[in-house]
Amino acid sequence: MPESIKADKVMDLKGLPCPMPVVKVSKGIKDIEVGQVIEAITTDPGALADFPAWARTSGNEILDTEQEDGVIKFYIKRTAE
Amino acid sequence: MKENAATKAEVEQGDYIQKLKGLEDQISGIKSQLESLSKGTPSNKLSMIVFSGDLDKVLASFVIATGAVAMGMEVVMFFTFWGTPVLRDKDKPAGDKDLMGKMFGSMLPKGTCSVKLSKMNMGGMGTAMMKSLMKKKNVASLEQMLEMAGELGVQIYVCEMSMDLMGFKREEFIDYPHMEFCGVAKFLEEANDSRVQLFI
Repeated sequence: MPESIKADKVMDLKGLPCPMPVVKVSKGIKDIEVGQVIEAITTDPGALADFPAWARTSGNEILDTEQEDGVIKFYIKRTAE
Repeated sequence: MKENAATKAEVEQGDYIQKLKGLEDQISGIKSQLESLSKGTPSNKLSMIVFSGDLDKVLASFVIATGAVAMGMEVVMFFTFWGTPVLRDKDKPAGDKDLMGKMFGSMLPKGTCSVKLSKMNMGGMGTAMMKSLMKKKNVASLEQMLEMAGELGVQIYVCEMSMDLMGFKREEFIDYPHMEFCGVAKFLEEANDSRVQLFI
């Protein structure tokens, strides 16, 4: 995780295919406050396109994306009310 | 002189009032135009007709529906024709039916568990293989999808005409939290107010 980012909630979505990662994160982000950050961990390669699309549409911000050995981590800041 | 000055001021005031009235009229005109514009703008909604009763197509419908809710959209699904029997509950008795009703009732899938693939069904073998593959790959089953859609607030409408045609009864249908029965006008009203419309 980038040193400047602190995750307030971690969601392990490994092994879940479309549409679950986006569905779960859209639910999970309601459990944190505006300004807080979710770390979403997924193995769905489609998420690389899906998460940014979801973030743009829902008005949230992806602070950083990390990829290693087929595991993708998104740091998503809740910016939508 | 004084009188003249007074009348001049009065005339000017009258002009202003006239101009103000003109502006007021313009503003109210713009307001009503804006209102009619916002009425004509469709909502952030997805209306979907689920015509097919095939496992693959119904599954795709639910993937799109749940994904759309995640994207912040309101979702309305209309089940019609071959899509209608998918929403029957296999454990609920069908009750009294005429011959045709019994025939349709027994030949069409009773609920999500008995829907088949549109291709490669191979007497049920293909569907069974696909289902086990879905389980292995963690792809949500139709039953799980339906449950999730219910939790997410996806609205489902069932076509009354298809029900009547195939002899289905409301009592046979699943207990879905947001289900209503309707005709084509309800769909068209929703579709008219939706940014995205799909026919599956």
